[in-house]
This record gives sequence, C-alpha cells and structure tokens, in this order.
Amino acid sequence: MKLLEYQAKEVLASLGIAIPPGVVARNPAEAAAAFARLGPVAVKAQVPVGGRGKAGGIKLASSEAEARRAAEQIIGMDIKGFKVPLVYCEAALDIAREIYLGFTVDRDARANILMLSAKGGMEIEQVAEESPAAIARLYPNPWRGPLDFELTQLVFDAGLGDLSRPLVSLIKKLYRAIPDYDALTAEINPLVVTKRGEVIAGDAKLEIDDNAMWRHKDLEEKYGALIEGDPYEVEAKKRGLTYVSLDGDIGIIGNGAGLCMGTLDLVQRAGGRPANFCDIGGGAKAEVVENALAVILMNPKVKGVLINVFGGITRGDEVAKGVVTARDNLKMTLPLVVRMSGTREEEGREILKRNGIEPGVSGWEAAKKIVELTRAGVT
Amino acid sequence: MSVLLDSSTMVLVQGITGREGGFHTEQMQSMGTKVVGGTSPGKGGTTHLGVPVFDTAADAVRATGANASGIFVPAPFAADAIMEAAAAGITLIVCITEGIPIQDMIRVKEFLRGYPQARLVGANCPGLITPGQAKIGIIPQRITSPGAVGLVSRSGTLTYEVASALSAAGLGQSTIVGIGGDPVLGLTFRDVVELFVQDPGTTNLVLIGEIGGSDEEHAAELLARGSRLKAVAFISGRTAPEGKRMGHAGAIISGNRGTAKSKEEAFRKAGVAVAETTDDIVGMLR
Repeated sequence: MKLLEYQAKEVLASLGIAIPPGVVARNPAEAAAAFARLGPVAVKAQVPVGGRGKAGGIKLASSEAEARRAAEQIIGMDIKGFKVPLVYCEAALDIAREIYLGFTVDRDARANILMLSAKGGMEIEQVAEESPAAIARLYPNPWRGPLDFELTQLVFDAGLGDLSRPLVSLIKKLYRAIPDYDALTAEINPLVVTKRGEVIAGDAKLEIDDNAMWRHKDLEEKYGALIEGDPYEVEAKKRGLTYVSLDGDIGIIGNGAGLCMGTLDLVQRAGGRPANFCDIGGGAKAEVVENALAVILMNPKVKGVLINVFGGITRGDEVAKGVVTARDNLKMTLPLVVRMSGTREEEGREILKRNGIEPGVSGWEAAKKIVELTRAGVT
Repeated sequence: MSVLLDSSTMVLVQGITGREGGFHTEQMQSMGTKVVGGTSPGKGGTTHLGVPVFDTAADAVRATGANASGIFVPAPFAADAIMEAAAAGITLIVCITEGIPIQDMIRVKEFLRGYPQARLVGANCPGLITPGQAKIGIIPQRITSPGAVGLVSRSGTLTYEVASALSAAGLGQSTIVGIGGDPVLGLTFRDVVELFVQDPGTTNLVLIGEIGGSDEEHAAELLARGSRLKAVAFISGRTAPEGKRMGHAGAIISGNRGTAKSKEEAFRKAGVAVAETTDDIVGMLR
C-alpha cells in the first residue's frame, strides 16, 4: 500500500520527524480556511504516484481566493489513473538546502538499502545515473538497525558532516518505519534544511508491504479507503483478489502469477487484448472463482472470458464447481473458455462437461479460441 | 543424477497436521519420498500419516536425522519456521508458504548467513522434484518423468505446464526447482544454474523467468561464460505494464528495470535460445 503524502507525513510525525504545518482539504472552502490558518501555501494533489507536479497537481496560493481556486482545479483531477480525492495545503518553507534521504529494498542484495545524498529535490534514479558518487549507501543489519557510528560515517561520506548530529538522529527515527510499519520504501525527498537550521521533511513517500497488512490493520483502516484507484481494482481488493486492470476486452483468470502472465501474453499473441490480470492463486475455492468472474463482468468492455488453470495445490474439481456456479449465479452469457489440467482434473472436466462447458485443450489453443469467439461475438 | 535432492534425502514436514501440509505429505510419500517425520507444536509424540510428529524441528532432527524440510505453515509463522529448520541443522529448507512479509525474509536472509550449510528454496514456491526419486513441495509428480533436462523457474503453474509438455515429448527431467515469486528469495536462478552445470546427469536446461528484478540477467551472465548445457529460456509478462505488481510480489517492472525484453536480450546475448511461448520450448530443446 502506497500512502498519500499527508498520510506518510502523519506517520513520520508519529516517529518524531519534523514536518511542515499542513491541513487536509476535501473541498475549496476547506482550502480557503487552510490559507486563513497557515498563510501562503502549496496546494498539493494527494495521489499515490509520482510526477503530480508536472501533471498540474501542485499549485502555490498566496491568497484565500487562489487557495480556493487551486483546490477547485485539483480535486477530482485524474493523475495517472488516480482520481484526486483531496488536497494537502502546506505552509511554504524557507529553504536553505535540500537533501535526499531514503530507505528501500535492494532486490539484488536481498536487503534494505539506506541512501543519503546532498543532491536533494531531484529523482534519486537521476542522481544515481548522473553522479553515482554523490550517493552514500548503507545496508543496515535488519535485526538491530543502523548503529550511530555507521550513520555518522554515512553522513560524512555524503558530504553532510556539518549536519551529522541532527541527521543521525533523524535517520534512526525514519528507520523505525521498517520494523514498526513494514515499510518497503521510506523516502524523504527533499529533506529540507531551513535558513534557521531546522531539518524538516519537505515531501514523504511510504510504501507498506501488502503481505504485512495483517499486522498494520490500523493503517489500513485509517488510510486504505481514501486511495481511489481503478474501480475494478478497488472492488477486487475488497473481495481479496489479486487483480490488475488492463485496457483490452478479454477477461483473464489464471491460477498462479506466472501462468496468468503467460496467458495474457498468449492472448495478445493470438491477436486479442487482455482486459485484466487476475490470479486466483493456489487452493482456489469455488467462491474465489465466482468473485473473480463477478469483478471481470463488472467491466462493460469485456466481451469474453478465458480461464486457465493448471493444478498443483489447486484442485480441479473445486475450480470446475466454482466456474459452473459462478456462471449460473451471475447469469453469464458471454463466451467462456476454460482450460484446466492438474490435480483432480478428470473430476473437474466431468463437472464442466455435465454443465455444458467444454474444456480447452492447451493454453495456446484456448487463447486462440477465446479471441475467435469474442471477434465473432458468438455466445 | 540430480541436484539438491534424491531418494536418500530424509524429509521433515513442518506443518504436517495442517490441511495443505497433510495433503502434500501424502503426495510426497506416494512417489517414494523418504518423509521421516513432521512438526506441529503441541502434537509431539503422536503419529500422522504414518510418521512421528514432533513439537519442534530440533526434536525431529535429533530423533530422525532429517536433513531436509518442507514448510507448509501459514505466512505469519513461516519466517520463524525457516530459521528454526536452519538452527536445527537442516541443510535443504523448502518453504512453500505464500505471502511472507518482505522484511521477515530480509531478516531470515541475514540469519541464514550464520548457517552457511543451509540452502533455502523459496518462499512462495512450488518446491522441487527429482522425478522417480523424491519431491519436497507441491509439484504434481505425474506430469514429470526422469531424464536429463534441468528446469528452474520463478513460477509454479507455468512450471507444471512446461514439465508436462517435456514429459509428453519424452524429455525427462533431472530435477525441477521452483525458486519462487517473491522479491527476496533463498536460492537464485544463478545459484540453481550453477548446480545444474555441475551435475553430470543434466544435459539440457530450461529457465522460466518473469518480469521484475535482475536475477535472470545474473543467470545469463553466468551462462555467457560458456556451459556444456543446451539451454532455452522463457520469460512471462511481456504484456505487463510498468509499476504494477503482477500477482507475485516480485513481478513488477520499476521504471525501465525488470522488463521481459531486458531479460530476453540478456539470454540471447549469452547464447541461450529464447522461446516465444511455453509450447515452443520442447521443439527448441531438440
């Protein structure tokens, strides 16, 4: 789960990190009230993706009327597929310098990496490409966290020795986002040093591991509902499905991420365009299949559905029962191709046949079949 | 010949009394895998599926001499189960469990540095099988057959698809290793390729990769140095958009990193044939 900026800042504040004064506004009147309280503010779109500045999602307001107008323009905007639910009005900072500070998972090293750079305010990927030596790196021990002397070394390596005391203390606070909140990314960019010498989080990015949400129910309850993404993805999440929206017209259900991705590739190769990725996972139950079909059929663009199941931990008879029940319950009339093999496949095939659904032969054959059926518009 | 496991491997099942643990223990036993015991805290001293159950892995290893373990416990307890197995002296740990928090796995990886003899496969993987001899995990044995093709994959079901096609074409497998779909894993593609290269019983290699990370590229670097194995690679996720997690926690393209194209190019550069679909793999191996 990627938190919105104001949510990430609330979490940082709870860890003892200084953030600028700010107010959440859900409508233009609230933005005007925020100006009255804070004076000149940046009105910032709250979406869990980068590049909102370029998309026109950040506006400076130096009057109440400007704050109101900015909120009017930004709330409801679509930024990279996310509808802006609210804005964050934040007091402008008196910036002396900008620093980059961030933790993220280094997949190759199978470890968390801490990066610090005096070149703040720009994308760290860009810094890494243009001047890699400007980034100081540390792989903190995941059991005990970074030690003071390690951080002191890091700060001096980054050429920020004059700030070693406040930075060492701040980095230790930010590190808590990993053990306390299962953060995969915890980034402050820019970390602002004001002309008065305060060190304040100018922006904040926090991504919480979806696999660990069971131990952060509080965060999910407090923030989860506010992130308005694709409506089908939102519905799929409510139903506990692994689902990604794509822009085609053939619905896809598969078990296992690799097979499901492979099925998308096959459909595209056969000349079709997948409407989604939907992995019903190992041990898929009848109700899971029905949930998956229900979400896919919500999309009016969908002209047909391909189900591709190869069984390991998944039982063919359960899948078949689920498909039949789901089709009947949902009164589905669109073309449906089911390709199934694996554990208890004979029972599964029997159930499908008894209910008038012909199982497909191979993934490739099934992909060609559904593309053909959806083109012809045959039911 | 084979890598990692054979008919002499003595297997412990952690979580043997659970639904999945029990179901797959029976499957493992039915192909002749030497399952010597299971664990389930509080059920020590009982017998399940014909083998003794112990409260802890250490008790089980002391009593049975188990040297490998299959883990079927739920995600909140799986990281601890991996470390418990390593501390008990198990040398091959296979974790099937899906959904283990990434930070838990990062801590596990650090912990395992203290147990260099312990090899971890997974988590979030189908496990491994040496056809005709033994398996740990959930790969259905009836789609496999003994032979000389080494198969290594990040996917579960896609692996079955390929194994099934290989077997149907008379191309048996030395060992099939599902390394798993998480971003922080035990054995990597490169680790497993190294094992296959050293195994005289393996003459061909099939690699099933997917988008995300750069493990396939690292394996390609190794193969680029030249190897006696005839290799074919397949990458799933060509149609996946940037920035979206495609089911597996590890299957995500970040910026321009981790794309199917980058992986396919790395393999081609290394002299490894790249299959367009899984159906093409058999023909390309011949």
